[in-house]
Amino acid sequence: MSAADQIPTRAHLPGARILAGLALRAEAVAIPLAALLAGFAAFSLFLLVMGKSPAEFYGLVWKAGFSSAFSWQNTLSRVAPLVLAALCVALPARLGLVVIGGEGAIVLGGLAAAVTGTAVAGVPGYAGLILMALAAMAIGGFWIGAIGALRIRRGVNETISSLLMAYIAIALFNYFVEGPFRDPASLNKPSTAPLAEALRVGDMPWIAAHWGVVAGVLACLVSWVLIDRTTLGFAARIAGDNVRAAQVQGLPVARLVIGFTALGGAFAGLAGFFEVAAVHGSANASLIAGYGYTGILVAFLARHNPLAILPVAVLLGGFEASSGLIQRRMDLPDATILVFEGMVFVIILLSEALYGRFRIFTPAFWERR
Amino acid sequence: MDSVEIGLWGVPLAILGGAIRVSTPFIFVSLGECLTERSGRINLGLEGTLVFGAMSGYAIAYETGSPFAGVLAAAVSGACFGLLHGWICKFKGVNDIAVGIAMMLLGMGLAFFFGKPYIQPVAPDLPSINFGWWSDVPQVRAALQVNVLFILGGLLALAMAWMFRSTRVGLTVRVVGDSTDAARAMGLDPDRVRLLSTAMGGALAGVGGAYLSLFYPGSWTEGISSGQGLMAIALVIFARWNPVNCFWASLLFGGAGALGPALQSIGISEGYYLFFAAPYVLTLGLLILTSSPDRAMQGAPLELSLTK
Amino acid sequence: MTTFRNLDRRSFLGTTAAALGAAALGGLARPAQAAGDLSVGFIYVGPKDDFGYNQAHAEGAAAVKAMAGVTVLEEENVPESQDVQNTMESMINFDGATLLFPTSFGYFNPHILELAPKYQDVRFEHCGGLWAEGNPTNAGSYFGYIGMGQYLNGIAAGHATKSKKIGFVAAKPIPQVLNNINSFLLGARAVDPEITCQVIFTGEWSLAVKEAEATNALADQGCDVITCHVDGPKVVCETAVSRGAYVCGYHADQSPLAGDMYLTGAEWNWAGVYTDLVASFMAGEEIPNFLRGGLADGFIKMSPLGPAVSDAGRAQFEAVKAEIMAGGFAAIKGPLKDNAGNIIAADGEAFVETDVKLESMDYLVDGVMGSTS
Repeated sequence: MSAADQIPTRAHLPGARILAGLALRAEAVAIPLAALLAGFAAFSLFLLVMGKSPAEFYGLVWKAGFSSAFSWQNTLSRVAPLVLAALCVALPARLGLVVIGGEGAIVLGGLAAAVTGTAVAGVPGYAGLILMALAAMAIGGFWIGAIGALRIRRGVNETISSLLMAYIAIALFNYFVEGPFRDPASLNKPSTAPLAEALRVGDMPWIAAHWGVVAGVLACLVSWVLIDRTTLGFAARIAGDNVRAAQVQGLPVARLVIGFTALGGAFAGLAGFFEVAAVHGSANASLIAGYGYTGILVAFLARHNPLAILPVAVLLGGFEASSGLIQRRMDLPDATILVFEGMVFVIILLSEALYGRFRIFTPAFWERR
Repeated sequence: MDSVEIGLWGVPLAILGGAIRVSTPFIFVSLGECLTERSGRINLGLEGTLVFGAMSGYAIAYETGSPFAGVLAAAVSGACFGLLHGWICKFKGVNDIAVGIAMMLLGMGLAFFFGKPYIQPVAPDLPSINFGWWSDVPQVRAALQVNVLFILGGLLALAMAWMFRSTRVGLTVRVVGDSTDAARAMGLDPDRVRLLSTAMGGALAGVGGAYLSLFYPGSWTEGISSGQGLMAIALVIFARWNPVNCFWASLLFGGAGALGPALQSIGISEGYYLFFAAPYVLTLGLLILTSSPDRAMQGAPLELSLTK
Repeated sequence: MTTFRNLDRRSFLGTTAAALGAAALGGLARPAQAAGDLSVGFIYVGPKDDFGYNQAHAEGAAAVKAMAGVTVLEEENVPESQDVQNTMESMINFDGATLLFPTSFGYFNPHILELAPKYQDVRFEHCGGLWAEGNPTNAGSYFGYIGMGQYLNGIAAGHATKSKKIGFVAAKPIPQVLNNINSFLLGARAVDPEITCQVIFTGEWSLAVKEAEATNALADQGCDVITCHVDGPKVVCETAVSRGAYVCGYHADQSPLAGDMYLTGAEWNWAGVYTDLVASFMAGEEIPNFLRGGLADGFIKMSPLGPAVSDAGRAQFEAVKAEIMAGGFAAIKGPLKDNAGNIIAADGEAFVETDVKLESMDYLVDGVMGSTS
């Protein structure tokens, strides 16, 4: 094929350019969907070997996760922390950094929100809530931003430092919650002082899931605009592909790394804020729920695309929402959903090998019509 | 047992004993991951492999009555997980880090799924060798109850270092890890080398898990691992992909973990959460001190996606 | 793996459940319950066969399961996060549960408090004793005076120890745990006032390696009887036995793990409590929102004494047990100081097992080595 073949003006079909553009997007939807179905098929085999009915299983997943307003409430209530935690992985990933310690930013963000909440109890209106959220984002941003800074200034590998710092964050969190910031009235469940009612985040009017979901959607949109529609995002992608090249071009690599890691950390901190202000009402050990680790999976499944993070998180939320019903109705252990998720996600990741393999999804295929 | 008052000596003794007791899973997982990463792949799923190894090892030891059969089963199941990871990652476009995370979920899921009936039964433990026979102090004798797997781990570290340095197999792994193209030019099959390295790595991680369930703490529960598999992978980077360093890093990490309980036992108990963070703080501190922007990834296999 | 054994539990895919579920598809309205068919939900924070806290509750659930006209729903490994609210709502909406036993301490605030007003005709029975005036009336809370069990453990330990040092592996320094530690030592001191107790906090309710390390550290310091207050005592028991220390159990019966080294154990006895509660609920009787009980009320029980307990130990154990059964027993009584030298109880002052002051305990008594922060 000569270079001239690829010039769009050679297209014969009206609208071929649009089709060509759509082809790539269609590929990005069709392949994961097909992989999802393949994953369902593989898990069906597993269930059959165990002597259980796949039809019943998928019926229950549908019913518990997606079929009714209550199911959606159940699903969405898990989405907010997952989305925000996933952004803490996806943003640094644009620069080629693998950050796996978002959990640390979540718990410290929650602690900061709770402590700020007791300090601003008298502040009128939403100002108190905003201060709490800012405090959470600041500490989260600092915690993960420090990982970026260590990487760029000292050459410390960010994967290991983020993991270590997550454990350190949890130790600090426990120390503060059970020591200096403990509410003496929290007898058998050491916690910070309960937040005033005015400082709680409520449910959205149309569904019994809290406003963190909206914040998660907004955070994804902001991240997408930043990455896909700004020069900063473009510079980050260049630096992610090749640090040397970026430096030669005079891009501020250090500032980009610290900025992106800090922003990711700030989102994780925000997740901590919502956990405290919308769910727990104070900071305590229940906050350490592993959302930071699940977020890693969400980000990688979404191929670090902020817009894809949302559907992936919803899917995962729905799967987890059905865990209980499956335990109760099918007499299967609670780990069934873990096996299910593991199989489906391995197959989805395997399907990434298929990108570019089908001619029907290539722009050239449509342009030549 | 007649014990002897050892007071403050309890701390160094606990650190020594803890280093020996706690470090073994780290040694095996980090050596396994070291091999995998030297071939140019990273397998983040070893946490799942470790947990599945712990479960399958315990289950088989219980069913057969032989803890060594359990270790073997753990190694075989770990190798299967490694093979799966290695096979999936040979396809172009597949992200090995992501697959590892999904495999972690799968491994833990399968371990918990099949492990339910084995939470209650008691399986036989692996034997240990008494290296403290020379001492009259029972605490010293207890600290020097060294499990065979620990010794094996130490020997394995030496053997692997030697393998990388002076054998053909080691050279092959290193070439593949440093340049896929060069390896192909030499007539090597990089995918196969990586597949086998990942399988071997998985097998070692499985053995690490069997140590947890069959020796220390020596029982199968769903909370048996508190992230040892993940942490061991981090230790490989810390050890700069050197097997002998992996061994020392694991010892250091295990010993530091014993600090918290030991300090409490001699009366230093305030802020125990901070002492519990000692291994992580220590590792991070050493990592920062030994890193520098110029030699950021000295020793890193060039084909490794994590450090590219 | 070829050895998977299907747990022969009852399958809940009854036609009723399916019908209820189908009705729930339409929306949030909970379908009316067929008369005489009660769905009871049990929610556990860990695996239900952990030889500990969760197993104790699951044994209670098993007793309820044997009752006529009752369907038991169970879910294990439910974290104290949004998850437990989802689980409770799922049991209510999909399976028509009208009586729930969310058994973990952290499920109460905020989770039960949030849901109880929303589901007025569902009864929430929470273990931990947190209910207070002003909380929803369709929620209730029960707990047992298990400190007395640890006091009896202490008596058995006091007779068995040679080193005069006993050990306690504890999760967190909260009142319920501190009360157990203090009771354990005071029981032992009722045998020999020279005895001391070393405590090590692991900081988590379930953390296998740290629990093993803590047990080893206790053995290194010469503790020859060890007990614990963590969710699953399996690791502590096995490690203690491997170091040649005697074991006193907690939560459930651990004698299968410790064999001859098992002295006795303080166990929950939820089977009786749960069947009573379910029976009253079915009969439409008023259930107290705040329910407590001890050894005499059948809320707790002691494991049978092991062979290592001496005759003298056996005699004192039985005598004190009878005293406790008679009621009004006080482990914390003057003159008593805490381990920092502050006076806890003046001469003649006593806090009986039911005293609410004990529920805000923030000290370790004289003779316990460890600190509360």
